[in-house]
Amino acid sequence: MATLIRRGRIANPSQPEAGEVLRLEPADDPAKVADRLGTAARVEVNFPSFTDGRGYSIARLLRERLGYQGELRAVGDVQRDQLFYLARCGFDAFLLRDGLDAEESLRALQDFSEAYQASVERPEPLFRRR
Amino acid sequence: MYLYDEIDQQIVDERVAQFRDQTRRFLAGRISEDDFRPLRLQNGLYIQRYAPMLRVAVPYGIFSSAQLRMLAHIARKYDRGYGHFSTRQNIQYNWPRLEEVPDILADLASVQMHAIQTSGNCIRNITTDHFAGVARDEIVDSFVWCEILRQWSAFHPEFAYLPRKFKIALNGAEADRAATFLHDIGLHAVQGGAGEVGFRVIVGGGMGRTPIIGHVIREFLPWQHLLTYVEAILRVYNRFGRRDNKYKARIKILVKERGPDNFREEVEAEWKQLRDGPSTLTRAEVRRVESRFVRPSYEPLEDLHLAPSGPFGAWMKRNVHSHKQPGYAAVTLSLKKTGVPPGDVTDAQMVAIAGLADHYSFGELRVTHEQNLVFADVRQDRLEDLWQELKSLGLATPNIGLLTNIIACPGGDFCSLANAKSIPVAEAIQRLFDDLDYLHDIGELDLNISGCINSCGHHHVGHIGVLGVDKQGAEFYQITIGGNQGNRGQTPISAPAAVGKVIGPAFAQHEVPWVVERLIEVYLRGRESEDERFVDCVQRVGIEAFKQNVYGHADSPRQDREPVAA
Repeated sequence: MATLIRRGRIANPSQPEAGEVLRLEPADDPAKVADRLGTAARVEVNFPSFTDGRGYSIARLLRERLGYQGELRAVGDVQRDQLFYLARCGFDAFLLRDGLDAEESLRALQDFSEAYQASVERPEPLFRRR
Repeated sequence: MYLYDEIDQQIVDERVAQFRDQTRRFLAGRISEDDFRPLRLQNGLYIQRYAPMLRVAVPYGIFSSAQLRMLAHIARKYDRGYGHFSTRQNIQYNWPRLEEVPDILADLASVQMHAIQTSGNCIRNITTDHFAGVARDEIVDSFVWCEILRQWSAFHPEFAYLPRKFKIALNGAEADRAATFLHDIGLHAVQGGAGEVGFRVIVGGGMGRTPIIGHVIREFLPWQHLLTYVEAILRVYNRFGRRDNKYKARIKILVKERGPDNFREEVEAEWKQLRDGPSTLTRAEVRRVESRFVRPSYEPLEDLHLAPSGPFGAWMKRNVHSHKQPGYAAVTLSLKKTGVPPGDVTDAQMVAIAGLADHYSFGELRVTHEQNLVFADVRQDRLEDLWQELKSLGLATPNIGLLTNIIACPGGDFCSLANAKSIPVAEAIQRLFDDLDYLHDIGELDLNISGCINSCGHHHVGHIGVLGVDKQGAEFYQITIGGNQGNRGQTPISAPAAVGKVIGPAFAQHEVPWVVERLIEVYLRGRESEDERFVDCVQRVGIEAFKQNVYGHADSPRQDREPVAA
């Protein structure tokens, strides 16, 4: 069974949801779901392959432009070594690809202790904090 | 050179630990080949024809003697005693072992170096003018802006999985010595009416399969907005760049397909949202970065008006360059000695060069995109001593700007992408043109060789370009003329970078020097004066006369053969 990491913890992926689950594909414009974000249970962004980086921009637009505050879940080809960047772009839930070690994957969120750029996690770039 | 603070160091150290863990998991079979590939590429590691190849970043081309000693140590300990300086102002090792790469990265981190994003579909090493900080025509010190961009691009979370690689060049002087019209983004410093600094923004240039001269999408971007504007370009590219075909995935294709005007509008619309946000640069940050660069402490000197003759004079003429500080000069160390693959340096040479850099040039040096090294701050009264020392190391070939200063990729001797070899072709041309007087008479001429259409050897912008092509399993070479990497400052900025034109059917390896000789013949007969360079002559008279003298020549190896398609 695939592992779900949600808000920094291993969670149960089959927990029922109250509300609508919105799903975006890489080519989708997140603005198309803007008026449904307020009531959605969560938004899923699909990564058909981990090398398709469009979902990172989608996540930032959802968080920073459309003001989405709810759960933002990366699904599809989601692996350990991308989690750190995904989290910085605003994902707070990750449905890992089958066969990945959950505990080890969790540690990936601590790969780096600092970053240069502004991000969803930390809206001030490093140079404004130095 | 920029000196790391504790945070910069910590980030690089954490990267080493991350890659060590990734390598361990790969070697234990817990990451597949396909999943590991982008991870290793973003640490500069290719799997090559005979062995892995590791590309180490020399950010915007400047490094210290201590760093060069470490590069020598790595060549000795992990490789076969040499390294190769590339046209991206990086250094490549051709024989490291995968298992040892984490140790190499740890050694690099101990001298504030790394291999971050030197490959992969991400933002690559930012390149600039190798005379930054010392050129007389300087508008800004481009190193400061390159470092700001380096920090912004390093581990940028949104842009690590772009449709394709992404190369940014920044030029801080009047003359374009960074080929800004041939990069995904070119940034050219300009001064506004009130003396304020900004950048002309050029997008969508590039070489490779589809060579395109970039488009100016903004004439003047005030410096405060550098990061937000570049971020807007990257976001548009990341979202809409083609991912269905790797040959159409560079930003130049997106700009071409949408049209430069539409592309500009999309960028401007995105930028409107990012403008004045937290990534807007502050004076304090620019000053902070400036203050972490070590500056040479020049002595008050007068310019010496040296005009020596003989071999020292020839070297002065070609390899010594003017400097904004009176009494100083910049010196190019030629890595283009005949018989040595262009850009290759042995570990012993590296150690010797590091010693000379300490002695003559404040312990700093630069690598140029033409694959040479530069001592940027040499006292004019010590030039002759330096020349003597360089001569004994084989680094004083007086050929900078001349035909034998050949740019060449590693080619089929090393690279698994190559259709054909580059290095033996370079050597054969160098051997044919070994008469220095003749070379100086021919004057400035860029001859660039790529072993395949990926054009790592920049053949498209060679005044003479040589491209390796595959013809039914045999190595052939297509010749272009009239390419140009950018204006040299005598003319307005728009004066042209240009892509060379193919003269006709391709040639066998041994025929290439003969072809070059025929091209030179036409130029020497037809030039208006000695000041008219080969490329100016081609642009004035067109390629027909050159073609004629190659294909219509009585000795031509190609006149009666079928054309060879590229």
